[in-house]
Amino acid sequence: MGNTSSMLTQYDIEEVQEHCNHAFSQQEIVSLYHRFCQLDRNSSGFITGDEFLSVPEFAVNPLSQRLLRMLDGLNFKEFVAFLSAFSPRISLQQKIEFLFKVYDFNSNGKVTFDDILSVLRDLTGSFISEQQRQEVITRVLEEAGYRRDSSLVLSDFMRVRMYYCFQYLYYKLSFRSLFTD
Amino acid sequence: MNQRVGTDSSPLRFAACESASLPLFATFIGARRRAPPARTHRQIGSQLVGRRILAAMGGLDSSSMETDLDRPNIEEYLTTETIREVPKKLHLSDLLDISPTLTEAAGAIVDDSFTRCFKSNSPEPWNWNIYLFPLWCLGVVVRYGILFPASFSWLVSFSNLISCMFCRVGVLALGWIVFFAAFLPVHFLIRGHDKWRCKIERKLVEMMCSVFVASWTGVIKYHGPRPSRRPQQVFVANHTSMIDFIILEQMTAFAVIMQKHPGWVGFIQKTILESVGCIWFNRTESKDREVVATKIREHTQGVDNNPLLIFPEGTCVNNHYTVMFKKGAFELGCAVCPVAIKYNKIFVDAFWNSKKQSFTTHLAQLMTSWAVVCDVWYLEPQYIRPGEIPIEFAERVRDMISVRAGLKKVPWDGYLKYFRPSPKLTERKQQIFAESVLKRLEEI
Repeated sequence: MGNTSSMLTQYDIEEVQEHCNHAFSQQEIVSLYHRFCQLDRNSSGFITGDEFLSVPEFAVNPLSQRLLRMLDGLNFKEFVAFLSAFSPRISLQQKIEFLFKVYDFNSNGKVTFDDILSVLRDLTGSFISEQQRQEVITRVLEEAGYRRDSSLVLSDFMRVRMYYCFQYLYYKLSFRSLFTD
Repeated sequence: MNQRVGTDSSPLRFAACESASLPLFATFIGARRRAPPARTHRQIGSQLVGRRILAAMGGLDSSSMETDLDRPNIEEYLTTETIREVPKKLHLSDLLDISPTLTEAAGAIVDDSFTRCFKSNSPEPWNWNIYLFPLWCLGVVVRYGILFPASFSWLVSFSNLISCMFCRVGVLALGWIVFFAAFLPVHFLIRGHDKWRCKIERKLVEMMCSVFVASWTGVIKYHGPRPSRRPQQVFVANHTSMIDFIILEQMTAFAVIMQKHPGWVGFIQKTILESVGCIWFNRTESKDREVVATKIREHTQGVDNNPLLIFPEGTCVNNHYTVMFKKGAFELGCAVCPVAIKYNKIFVDAFWNSKKQSFTTHLAQLMTSWAVVCDVWYLEPQYIRPGEIPIEFAERVRDMISVRAGLKKVPWDGYLKYFRPSPKLTERKQQIFAESVLKRLEEI
């Protein structure tokens, strides 16, 4: 995986594009491939948790462990599919689906009180007591019309008005800088 | 950076970094506001993050300039009232929407300023066609077959640089022989006249380094006044490869701080470099820092010692960026003389990617390329200003070196190559988010 752009054929790029529902342009997929090869130091075809954690910016993110569970062992096609949620070409519905997957740790299609609690724990660490965390979630769920023991499904997530979800253009600048290299 | 619209807590500063530095951008979670004009709010959000990325990447190149020009003045959109945090009621949507953190993580996966510092140039293949391919083959034959081997070694004198070009390994071999022939007797036999012995050894080391440089056909341009031997001064330089030391040593004998290496490099370190007064450290030992700091201090006080050369980055960087300088060299209370080194990448990529290749392979790569061309600038000695802390001083000197050598600054600690970032950084982000949640909790 040395000189990489010669390794990706047009057919490969189109296949990857299909798989991620045309979230990325072909040029972006080539850039992502360069990046994938750069991170995959031992050229094993997938990026290990350690290789992800060698990016300091990723390692300091509070949700890094949770994301590592989802990212571990992904080949390039799946890697692009994972990142597709961050593309502006993807609809809000699909982004919320991705968000749901992050919460739904055991992939059973339901997000329970404990799932939300565990994400909040990742995000806030030791700076809020466990009791306060539970209180926050209970209150907020009740205000939205759910009970503490109710489990949310994907349609519930869709109903919650998360207009600003994934609207930040952060990653787009990263892509632009990839093109200049 | 616009501090007001940053996080609620105190602005991040370089001053806070020790073993691992804080990136210039913080998580965005705590700073989100549900101010009425939704579109403007989002626009600001993206530009804020954008500005932070640009700042973190140390003034990125022209492609990001369009973002810079588009950027509206934040003050036009946010009046003082909205800037002051007005906690609104917490809704389920706020709690469930973790997309800023996720986007940050995805952004780091897609591109990050730290990995860029250690990217070596992959050798670009030429467009193979009927006339370029044979030319390239000829080049390979000349580089590997003529410049490199030792066939004519015994017939030429190494002081003749032109003939040197035809036998790099020969030059090197001859140089080593002459060096040891002179060094060993001087080192072991001349016991009484220490000063004299030191002088001769110093000259020999300088000569050996010149031989090394000649063996790669080094074309080195030195700018600025030659370093003088005085006590109470320390030289700092940016670090690209171990050959930095050789290039600088050729001109003046420096004492240097080095990581102890295994193998033949370690052998040379032990025998020869001891004579110029080098100091060893070990990255992996935690207690090492105080010990090394004391040794440095002693060295700078000594009158007869060679000037001390320190590479404050602590690791090799690819000569396009500089990582954060460690403050050790800057809190000695003596003059700091910056040296900037810039290699010309057209001839060879002098970056030693220690994870990818051993030093021997790296040297062999240098010796089979056309030339090593670089510029060395000796800059004006700097002193710590009153009221300046060592870290700020280090940053100021890093600024000087980066500007002179045309390198971009990156706010990361070089040691993150070997170690994970400190959990304190994650805790910081968690704290910011927790505080914002708690504040809004009171409103419910």
